[in-house]
Amino acid sequence: MTTSRKPRIAVVKLASCDGCQLAFLGLGEKLLELASQVEIVHFAEAGPLGALTDLDITFIEGSVSTREDQDTVHSVRRQSRFLVTIGACATSGGIQALRNLSAGNLLSSVYPSPEYVDFLAHSTPVSSEVGVDLELWGCPVNGTQILTAIASLLFGAAPAAERDKVCLECKRRQIPCVMVAKGIPCLGPVTLTGCGALCPSFDRGCYGCYGPSENPETPSLARRFAGLGLLPDDIARRFLFVNSQAPAFLAEGRRWTKEDRHE
Amino acid sequence: MNERREIHVPILARVEGKGALDLTIRKDRLSEVRLRIFESPRLFEKILEGREFREVPDIVARICGICPAAYQLTSVSAIEAGFGLDPGPDIRRFRRILACGEWIASHSLHIHLLAAPDFLGYEDVMEWARHDPGPVRRGFHLHGLGNALLSLLGGRPVHPVGACVGGFHRFPMRPEIAALAGRIRDALPMASALVRWAAGLDYPASDRSFVSVALRTEEAYPMNEGRIVSTRGHDLTPSDFEGRIREFQVPHSTALHSLLEGDPYLVGPLARINLNWDRLPPEIMEDLRPFGLRFPSANMHHSLLARAIEIRYALAEALSLLEAPVPESPSFHSVTPRESTGIAATEAPRGILWHRYDIGEDGRIRRARIIPPTSQNQAMMESDLRVTLEREGFDRPDDSLRRLSERIVRNYDPCISCATHFLDLTVHREKG
Repeated sequence: MTTSRKPRIAVVKLASCDGCQLAFLGLGEKLLELASQVEIVHFAEAGPLGALTDLDITFIEGSVSTREDQDTVHSVRRQSRFLVTIGACATSGGIQALRNLSAGNLLSSVYPSPEYVDFLAHSTPVSSEVGVDLELWGCPVNGTQILTAIASLLFGAAPAAERDKVCLECKRRQIPCVMVAKGIPCLGPVTLTGCGALCPSFDRGCYGCYGPSENPETPSLARRFAGLGLLPDDIARRFLFVNSQAPAFLAEGRRWTKEDRHE
Repeated sequence: MNERREIHVPILARVEGKGALDLTIRKDRLSEVRLRIFESPRLFEKILEGREFREVPDIVARICGICPAAYQLTSVSAIEAGFGLDPGPDIRRFRRILACGEWIASHSLHIHLLAAPDFLGYEDVMEWARHDPGPVRRGFHLHGLGNALLSLLGGRPVHPVGACVGGFHRFPMRPEIAALAGRIRDALPMASALVRWAAGLDYPASDRSFVSVALRTEEAYPMNEGRIVSTRGHDLTPSDFEGRIREFQVPHSTALHSLLEGDPYLVGPLARINLNWDRLPPEIMEDLRPFGLRFPSANMHHSLLARAIEIRYALAEALSLLEAPVPESPSFHSVTPRESTGIAATEAPRGILWHRYDIGEDGRIRRARIIPPTSQNQAMMESDLRVTLEREGFDRPDDSLRRLSERIVRNYDPCISCATHFLDLTVHREKG
């Protein structure tokens, strides 16, 4: 940085579980180091509640789910040099975006008085409202992703985006393929890595936390699932999970939903 | 519109996250206390409908990034109860280790990052660390050990991937267990020091009667199972609990409020110790004696001390469970779904977490109901605010009232996102 002023950073929360903010709070000593090198202007869970103005990097956790969320997103975009989404909710709408696939008003079936609640029918990613400079996928993101993003953006380098698939990560780590060895359906061939191939290392299939990889061959993977004995609706639900609104997963999920459902 | 309209709610949507507080003061009386939780609803009970039972643990984990394992553990117990499956002692043991990890991580986070700055007069943990880094480092270290236990069983601390209906996808490997057991053994003196540090804090006097509710078992301190008991003599199965509590919606909150037979009640670490202090190793209670502290306690500020005690307990408990041999048996049972209703209650870090699933013979969820700790505590928080603020008086600046209110609410460690400074306090002073 050429300026003497410390970079100003904010963490903002919309509809979410708070798990991605823990990527900051779980940094331990590194959180204190970060706090000494940047000015943490606003981060409600950690304490600071400064005004969201004149920011170098704003991290957004959570999906746009209310009218207030929409206002927040537009306002921080105007005030931020870099806007970074953290996690599945902010990046793709998150697990709560499964409601986007339902017909009718879900809210009234949960709350007896839905008129009290500020609520949008769909849960959407931040990018549906404003331009986003960097998207950090993951459910949740981890501390390394966060620290790498801050360092890259502040030093003007292009952040090194993860391009590899979970499948490749398994091969690097010499984890036996759960689909080949055990016939367990796994989204690893079409999912970005970033988790370190966590689920296959626990003898289970990947369920897509880090969203679709580049050029995901979802149709052939779905056919493979069918070959393993999954029914169309089971295949659809594999793709319609924590990143259901990521276009590649949504399209594949819909393809298999239509064949099965007549509602 | 009737502001305190009380409505029976058959299905509950989960919230945590953003909250606010409105106080209305009229003639030195608090005419209104509104703890507003305005976290956007995410409708998990509806999302669960139609999903297969095996997907439930990974869905409900996403309700809370701070206690995802508690959601997973409660859901698998509820579903197994519905299917008539007993996981057996080995799987129970590893589930208890998972719960220990989450208690340690969640309590360490709350004590050091959220609550302690209130007691010490700092704005936040960063300021505290600049003045006195020792206790902060200790807190981070303990937090890291909690996370390491979660990672041992589930690969990562947030939304771990190890637990499943029927058991675990796999048990941890022996070398991983041995390495972590060694780190925990080394940290036991740190946990004892934490308890002594917490016992030495300056706790404001506060003594009011309230109802504590927690799980209780025949021998051990309660974590993943037990009957639901209260300081008013309740002794209920998790199934009976549903008929005794009433949830209702209020205009200012997307969290539903709960009352136990008409009264606010407390769940969480203080309630747990109040009802289970005799299940803790005697030396923990003896350590408190020089400080003039004992349980049961009617001082809500002691919830911080209760968390420190539970960290010490959970660390020692995890160590002894890790030291038992790794089972040769499979890490999970094969599961056959049947049409059923499965109910379970566990002690999440913040208190009783109750789940119910109605499942079809195809293994799909027909209906789900989840009662989390924070909605159970919400009525208590509001009544505590009312009583404590009126006792302390209003002859003080708004900022002082704001700090006191925030501190009262933080004692409950509400599982809503901005748990340090989530209060956007508005004081309305009415003339006349």
